[in-house]
Amino acid sequence: MKDFGPEKQEMLLRARVLVVGVGGLGIPVLQYLKAMGVGLLGLVEQDVIELSNLQRQVIYGESDIGKSKLDTAAEKLKGMNSETVIQTHDTFLTRSNALEILSGYDLIVDASDNFATRYLINDACVILDKPFVSGAIHGFEGQVSVFNYQEGPTYRCLFPSPPEQGFIQDCNVNGVLGVIPGIIGTLQAMEVVKVITRMPGILKGKLLLYDGIDQSIRHISFPVIEANKTRKALEPRYDPEDCSRVPVISVEKLHRELRENREKTYLVDVRSHAEYDLNGLVEAVHIPLEALESSTEEIPSDKTVYFICRSGTRSLVAAKYLIESRSSGSVFSVEGGIEAWEKQFGILG
Amino acid sequence: MKILLFGVTRDITGKSELELPNDKAVSFVKVEDLKTFLMEEYPELKKLSSLAIAVNNEYAADEKGIGHGDEIALIPPVSGG
Repeated sequence: MKDFGPEKQEMLLRARVLVVGVGGLGIPVLQYLKAMGVGLLGLVEQDVIELSNLQRQVIYGESDIGKSKLDTAAEKLKGMNSETVIQTHDTFLTRSNALEILSGYDLIVDASDNFATRYLINDACVILDKPFVSGAIHGFEGQVSVFNYQEGPTYRCLFPSPPEQGFIQDCNVNGVLGVIPGIIGTLQAMEVVKVITRMPGILKGKLLLYDGIDQSIRHISFPVIEANKTRKALEPRYDPEDCSRVPVISVEKLHRELRENREKTYLVDVRSHAEYDLNGLVEAVHIPLEALESSTEEIPSDKTVYFICRSGTRSLVAAKYLIESRSSGSVFSVEGGIEAWEKQFGILG
Repeated sequence: MKILLFGVTRDITGKSELELPNDKAVSFVKVEDLKTFLMEEYPELKKLSSLAIAVNNEYAADEKGIGHGDEIALIPPVSGG
């Protein structure tokens, strides 16, 4: 191909690219980079496949529900060609493992679904002096940029600090049109190829805004703030400080409480209606997070209250809210949520 | 003055675009003035600790001057993946 000859193909083969998150964005990124012959592709993921993922996470099918995203995606990618290597990291990216995992790669792709991970990737990339290709989606829209590329700006140059926990919801709550991550992930793959093969026009200091409604693409240019480039250490924590004081309980302990202390236990599922209908526990009362404020009186104050959601994030917000609105009583957030419960006890517990 | 809305600012206002009448728009000297006005109109916007504002497709800090003919974009971070 003109302007993309064997030497560029060789650059792809020598490249080591890490994709954080094997969901709506990560899947198209991985499929194209694998097909194009990127030599080493790393995958970071610990979620399991849910029915609600299938409308946008197109590598998975109905028969994969309940299986690990990491193993399922790795297997399907390996089947695409045998020339390149897939490396799996069976974990979520955390403050304690981020620097070690990222250090083995030349370029990082942020395909995560939460702000805590996005700020963690930014900070780790600044410390390790690595560029990252960021993609994010919301409703019918998406954003793409290449942060920390050479002397260019970082994620914090555009968005200095994360929004309040729970204020901007993830895709399972807020909803996203299935094709949007396909478009945004494919745009990310293009940027990866450009960075690896040193092509011109990289989205450095430019935020691409895509709007699916009118199919418009806009570029917003933004400058580097030098202080953001000199970071030497990660933040003390990435999940919001406020929620760190909320007591958490494991699914094993909750299971025991439900068996041995049923009448003293009040379990609230704070997920959306669709998620609750799919696999809500029979022991749980359903109060979606957004209805919590108007429904607190339904929650008895003489019982121990346990909040549960998909993965343990929204339940933290719910527990924090109840603790603050009541002066006494015992409130817990269930660590790992329904996903952890299903791994441990299956859908019926 | 045309204000384009993205991400959660679209959810908050229920609109993808705001058109401010000229007599209102001429009262803004700096980006900061426009921000203050929008946050009074839509108090939920205050919850966004990071809200980038672009003037004619360029990131604009609070002290940047604006004119009534400028095209503004409100760009919050989005997190979905």
